[in-house]
Amino acid sequence: MTTPLALGVLAGAVLSGTSLLYATLGETIVERAGIVNLGLEGILLVGASVGFAAASASGSPWRGLLAAAVAGCLGNLLFGWLVVTRRANQLASGLAMMFFGFGLSALVGAPYVGALITGLPKWRPAWLAAQPWVASTTLFNYDLITWLALPVAVLVWWALFRTRWGLGVRATGESPAAAFASGRDPAVLQYQALAAGGVLGGIAGAHLSLSLTLTWAEYMTGGRGFIAIALVIFSKWNPLRAIAGALLFGGAEALQLQLQARGSDISPFLLEMSPYLLTLLVLLAWGGARRLAAPASLGRTFYGSD
Amino acid sequence: MAEARTAQALRTAARLGLISAAALAVFAAILLAAGKDPLKAYADTFSYTLANAYGFSELLVRMTPLLLTAVAAALPSRLGLINVGGEGQLYMGAWLASAGAFMFPGLPWWLLLPLVTLLGFLGGAAWAAIPGLLRAARLVNETIATLLLNYVAPLIVSFFIFGPWRAKENSAYPQTSLFPEAARLPSFFDTRVHAGLLVALAALLAYWLLVEKTRWGVSMRAIGGNGEAAQRLGIPVAAWIVIALAVGGGCAGLAGMGEAMGVHGRLRPGLSPGYGFTGFLISWLAGGRPLGILFMAFLFAILTSAGDTLQITQGLPYSVVNILLAMILFIVLARRPARGGAK
Amino acid sequence: MDSPGSTPLLEARGITRRYGTVLANDRVDLSLYGGEVHALLGENGAGKSTLSKILYGFTRPDAGDVLCAGQPARLRSPADARALGIGMVFQNFMLIPALSVLENIALFLTDLAPVIRRKALERRIREYMDRFGLRVDPSAAVRQLTVGDQQKVEILKLLLARARVLIFDEPTKVLAPHEVTALFQVFGALKAEGYAILFITHKLREVVACADRITVLRQGRVTGALDSGRADPDALVALMFGERAGEGRPREAPRPASGARPILELASAGARAAGSETALKDLDLAIGEGEIVGVAGVSGSGQKELGDLILGLRPLSSGAKRILGADASSWSIARMRESGIAFIPEDPLVMAAVPGMSVRENLVLGTGRRYWKGAGLDWPRLESVMGESFKALAFPLPRLDPPMGALSGGNLQRVVIARELAHGPRLVVALYPTRGLDVRSAASVRDLLRRVRDGGSGVLLISEDLDELAELADRLLVMYGGAIAGEFRRGAWQAEQVGHLMTGSGEAAHG
Repeated sequence: MTTPLALGVLAGAVLSGTSLLYATLGETIVERAGIVNLGLEGILLVGASVGFAAASASGSPWRGLLAAAVAGCLGNLLFGWLVVTRRANQLASGLAMMFFGFGLSALVGAPYVGALITGLPKWRPAWLAAQPWVASTTLFNYDLITWLALPVAVLVWWALFRTRWGLGVRATGESPAAAFASGRDPAVLQYQALAAGGVLGGIAGAHLSLSLTLTWAEYMTGGRGFIAIALVIFSKWNPLRAIAGALLFGGAEALQLQLQARGSDISPFLLEMSPYLLTLLVLLAWGGARRLAAPASLGRTFYGSD
Repeated sequence: MAEARTAQALRTAARLGLISAAALAVFAAILLAAGKDPLKAYADTFSYTLANAYGFSELLVRMTPLLLTAVAAALPSRLGLINVGGEGQLYMGAWLASAGAFMFPGLPWWLLLPLVTLLGFLGGAAWAAIPGLLRAARLVNETIATLLLNYVAPLIVSFFIFGPWRAKENSAYPQTSLFPEAARLPSFFDTRVHAGLLVALAALLAYWLLVEKTRWGVSMRAIGGNGEAAQRLGIPVAAWIVIALAVGGGCAGLAGMGEAMGVHGRLRPGLSPGYGFTGFLISWLAGGRPLGILFMAFLFAILTSAGDTLQITQGLPYSVVNILLAMILFIVLARRPARGGAK
Repeated sequence: MDSPGSTPLLEARGITRRYGTVLANDRVDLSLYGGEVHALLGENGAGKSTLSKILYGFTRPDAGDVLCAGQPARLRSPADARALGIGMVFQNFMLIPALSVLENIALFLTDLAPVIRRKALERRIREYMDRFGLRVDPSAAVRQLTVGDQQKVEILKLLLARARVLIFDEPTKVLAPHEVTALFQVFGALKAEGYAILFITHKLREVVACADRITVLRQGRVTGALDSGRADPDALVALMFGERAGEGRPREAPRPASGARPILELASAGARAAGSETALKDLDLAIGEGEIVGVAGVSGSGQKELGDLILGLRPLSSGAKRILGADASSWSIARMRESGIAFIPEDPLVMAAVPGMSVRENLVLGTGRRYWKGAGLDWPRLESVMGESFKALAFPLPRLDPPMGALSGGNLQRVVIARELAHGPRLVVALYPTRGLDVRSAASVRDLLRRVRDGGSGVLLISEDLDELAELADRLLVMYGGAIAGEFRRGAWQAEQVGHLMTGSGEAAHG
């Protein structure tokens, strides 16, 4: 691989991988609490559309970002009401959220299709910009969300593994009975996890429309929600490992874009397939073994003591 | 006995009616909040679909693939499997059928038509057998596997549309050449209703017969009802998982073939506006029951027509109708009494 | 040990608890003092776990009181018990396998800081580890630990949560002999510092080895409360099992060994275990025509795994399985059934029936190819054959249309039995067939098994009821730890002897 291509892929990997990472981190928290949100795709779309609409309407991308975070949080809380309080089947509820996201994002975004917004501002530290090999690329020229991606991953890791709250969340995901026996309320912990996950999911979606493409189009997340779910498995529910996974998949997407931009002969459609096939391969190769690493009570409904 | 059944059916119909009404109300509220006129939307939908013969025929056109994708989800659901891959299976059915049509253009209709029908079925079946095998081998959950493959299939189809099968004549739209006439499904009167409707109804009937009247149906329902007991009593559960998903996928494949050979006459990128997902919804809401599927497919044909109406008369994207579908799901999910919870 | 005059740390007075028709605890008294190891002894179903649930606040007694340090204690939940310093080490550990030792302990602390101070916590844990000999690696994941070490974590959890009374529910069930020794040393260390230990078990040898005082339960009642000095194994067995083995009951004459080829043979058969299952080791077993072979054992000795092995659900990892001389080691379940192996389970709704399907459809399940008719099934012939089966068994024929799940427990069992016996099976594997049945239904099931045997079939009867086994078994096998610990002919065994074998305190015996 030539250097410009490599650097281009690396730069693209970080840019593409940002929203994947936030989405994966959000879903990691939620799954650590024992809940699978198949509707993550819908949450991302809602974040992207609400973020874009709010940014366009208010003129400020920051307001858009905030709106997206709130919208994502509310979406997850709605999902939580279904699966935690009403004890509905998580798979079906997730699919319902997906449909809801498809439709709501289309509704919210419709008036703003084609609108021009100022995206999130990008910074590059001066000493890096001065380097010749950096200057010609988009490397290190990132918006705040991307700059914060790694710190947020570390923060999520710290919250899950070094705090009392995180211990409770993880216990809930492993054994709600044990969490309950230790004096905690699994439902409350699950709601909290969902709220946190929703904020991250909303930001993940917003990053696509407010930074990456600066547009809104229906279904623009293109299945990233499902890839994020696979990434959670791939990273063994560990926020730090998720960084590697997001980079890997972001890189695959970036490679595909770079090859297209350079007029490669490979059909764009075949390239576009690669993330999904890669995801399936990852699940196939490691999903069975990884299942041992899954929170033991993932996907089950808890009925309290009887 | 008969009175109890009728009473039961009436109760179910009343329940579904209430749910639909509630969902329509919430959807109306959302539309109002978005500055649109819900009453006009509903009125327009009615006049467009039910108030005239052509509109009604369009409902049947829309119902055809919905019936098939509903069966695609319903059959595996009898074993407790979740097939949300109807979308992808539909595309692969259309693809394989198209391949047959383009490869054997010279065949007479009484050979070509059955061939493309068979290929449509096989395309969807093969696409669904992949997650089936993965699930039977306990490697990947079939929900995720079918979901992911939904994204791959349309790309394969697009590859062929933009590549080897691209229409020779310069056209503004990306599409394939027309299929040979011998591969086209005949249509009725002056409408777009095509023979695929008969295939769909036959598939629904076959599904009912298979599940309720054959010994294979007994095995399938035993697996869905109590997998451990089924295994202990000698039923080969793993084999059935693959078979059920494959046959279901085949039905979705027939839907794809129907859309390509019956409605459009060629392959276009946007072949399916979410028929696979809508079919899953229909099957889920109908509890996998054939009469329920028939009714819900009709209802959803109307509801999704509302999507078109919204687009035409109120300038909203078609996708907004997904909110209405989601509302129905939410209400049903929120009402379900919590029972033995499993994934 | 505290002197008898002092107040017990924990006391049960007149505890009574019913579950439906079963009287699990009948006016039970027990007092537990600081600085002693008190054993609660009894066989399965004697009421030990009910009592322990009450003492720990999981359930409330129907009558009677629990006193803590002399004060009446209102235990509405385990949280109340914990607040009073009562801790319980369960058979199924309340540990999270994926988390580390430290995290598991931290989870149950009531004074945990919002940001976990790992170093300080680790110091505290090590302090207790050293004091009581409970050494484990705090950073190891619990699932990597041996069961013995996991148990240590459970104990540490309680100690760090400031428990003074420790209840151990069958703690040695899953331990290797050297781990049992280590546990008793821990008991010694705890005892010396004034902790009170309630040791619930059915294992005699251990009770004799480490208990200071012993309370024996049988069928919900206290049959004896002794100091360890006055307790010898025979006396304890008599208190646990009572006078049994059919004394004074009409007994059948021992049947001569059948000379014909055995229906089922296991030769050095072994099976692997996953998770909490019991591995089977080197089993030699033969069941002939016209005999009932009983299998006795406390739960977890491998009986269920043996049943599954015979039925074809569990693959053999070593040895061979033969049906009428043919090697059946890798036959499918369907083929086993076709060759005449039938199964009567303890819980038909879970194992042998599909609740949502009709009775009629349930009757055809597992009948293999017998009723195939084209693409459908020959319902009339099925109904006729099954009708005959019900008649031969003198069972009332139920309505065939309603769903199976609508039937009562007894009726459900009857439908399953009628189905299994309809085609004259060669071998019937009965797994706790009378568990949970009322007296009359249980008696009729036993009658039935006798008739099956008299008709020339073989029966493998896995049961926890020694009375039942005494009545029915022509030969009795005793299982312990996944192997056969003893084999007896009818009339050649006593409850005592078998009791020892079941509880691991006897020598392998034959008779």
